[in-house]
Amino acid sequence: MSDVGSGDSSVASRDARTASDRRHGRGEQMMVPKAKFESYYGRPIIKRPTWQARDVAAYLFLGGTAGASSVLAAAATLTGRRSLARAGRVAAVAALGGSLYALIHDLGKPSRFPNMLRVFKPTSPMSVGSWLLAAYAPLAGTAAASSLTGLLPGLGNAAGIGAGAMGGAVATYTAPLIADTAVPVWHEAHRELPFLFASSAACSAAGVGLVFAPPSEAGPARRLGLAGAIGDMASTRAMHMRLGRDIGEPLRTGRAGMLLKTAAGLTAGGALLSQALGRRSRIASTAAGLALLAGSVCTRFGLFYAGVASSDDPGYTVRPQRARISAGQRDNHRVS
Amino acid sequence: MARLYGPEPDVAGDAGHVDHPQRMGFFTDTSVCIGCKACEVACKEWNAIPDDGLTFTGMSYDNSSGLGANRWRHVAFIEQPAPKPAPVSLGMPTVGAPTAPTADAPDFRWLMSSDVCKHCTHAACLDVCPTGALFRTEYGTVVVQEDVCNGCGYCVPACPYGVIDKRDDDGRVWKCTMCYDRLGVGQEPACAKACPTDSIQFGPLDELRERAAARVDALHAASVESAQLYGHDPDDGVGGAGAFFLLLDEPEVYGLPPDPVVTTRDLASMWKHAGVAALALLAAVAAAVIGGRQ
Repeated sequence: MSDVGSGDSSVASRDARTASDRRHGRGEQMMVPKAKFESYYGRPIIKRPTWQARDVAAYLFLGGTAGASSVLAAAATLTGRRSLARAGRVAAVAALGGSLYALIHDLGKPSRFPNMLRVFKPTSPMSVGSWLLAAYAPLAGTAAASSLTGLLPGLGNAAGIGAGAMGGAVATYTAPLIADTAVPVWHEAHRELPFLFASSAACSAAGVGLVFAPPSEAGPARRLGLAGAIGDMASTRAMHMRLGRDIGEPLRTGRAGMLLKTAAGLTAGGALLSQALGRRSRIASTAAGLALLAGSVCTRFGLFYAGVASSDDPGYTVRPQRARISAGQRDNHRVS
Repeated sequence: MARLYGPEPDVAGDAGHVDHPQRMGFFTDTSVCIGCKACEVACKEWNAIPDDGLTFTGMSYDNSSGLGANRWRHVAFIEQPAPKPAPVSLGMPTVGAPTAPTADAPDFRWLMSSDVCKHCTHAACLDVCPTGALFRTEYGTVVVQEDVCNGCGYCVPACPYGVIDKRDDDGRVWKCTMCYDRLGVGQEPACAKACPTDSIQFGPLDELRERAAARVDALHAASVESAQLYGHDPDDGVGGAGAFFLLLDEPEVYGLPPDPVVTTRDLASMWKHAGVAALALLAAVAAAVIGGRQ
């Protein structure tokens, strides 16, 4: 029981001190102090996502890897790079298998997974994604099976090109999936996340190519890794600018901040290493590929944890909404 | 496709119901809430909601923390500093030394408020539900079908108010149904039935909105300037709530978001950006394959 009446600080609902305020106490110096906000005993306003990182953050990586690997494999098929095509097809199906396991494992009622295909709802990115995966999985599976067994190459190529055509959507729909929530970091970054996810997926598909295809065929993977790393940096920068100092804070602090910094280093390092030595050395090429894959893993987990951190702290929900009201821009369909 | 944002006068009709009853709702007038928690208990009893543990939060008289899978009504207790009322001279003759008549008056105030699912006009939980387990009833309310929900948890972070949550031992999500079973037989929801002060009022939403406007005017006339309605406005970010409130302080003091917006307002923009990003990925791969020496 707070001792009522002995001053402002004893009253929990006033000037709630939250985890992020405390972090600032020992962290960087702020030029301008953060706006004070009120809350109900510092409790979160929105609910923390019930998704587990080992399932859903892992799925963001695996789904991106699968989708972009299918695209790269299709392009390799069309240009006669058989090793690169096989690496992409097999990686896509492996990542897809992991994706399906993660998605089913995360359900509260895994036995009801088929209910995902009970309706089609464009307003639910999860519904759209379920149908997308339902169409993509048989194509990716057929392409990989044909590559591995050598049977029905014509059918395998057609399926691989089909999977590649869908790969872009498989790799990017996960951005709307997490952005279509009230989680401040995810929702406010809804314009930049698809590009960041596409870039991160490009990096991981390039990583697959660098690890599993001989350097003589991995030219496209090296170039895709460079493009992905540049896209990753650019969209990360755009995301930070969009979120600003306040809502962007969870991206820079704590476990998420550490993961995202690591991701930036691994991604840039992998891309540069593949450019510098990837043509000559299979070992350097493999190391670069592993760095790109690890960078993508760190990006996905970092973004996942940043969103969770922003849901735990009511300040990230209250401050922007309060600022909107103060600026006379209360959300209103007539003024927006 | 139904509208995702803005006013929607016929929310049940928009969801495909024909010849449906009026939209029903809650008006929770916190100015007369006495914090008895009868609503919490009645809700738990009627809906057979499992126990969610005995905890001591240290948050005034609130030891049930907030809404969740196992608490569909929640009474908030807020203790805040408030100026002592100024002594009022009654002009009566007195004997002896003058005494300060308000010396024993508290220098704080309690705010009590019963929170509940807002049954939004544009409900993010319903929009994002991939299985169709969440649906719009003929009364305009939003209900989970527990025999369909597969526990994907998408609705949990989608709700801008943090209402719906997953039940740990059960894996499915749960929230207020506005006593859908009672409405069907012409009964009011259990919380409204149990409320001893009529802080929780149930009825046709249009009627409640009129009643609430009159109540807030009366409070302003009685110099309670802080009285404000929350969630009543069909022009707000969720198209107006089916359960709205009269508050005596800012919403965030009660743990409510001050300006909530349904996340699917921006869905078109999300899909557009994802589409462009997907094409950019295809283009990058094409360029990587064509554009090099090897």
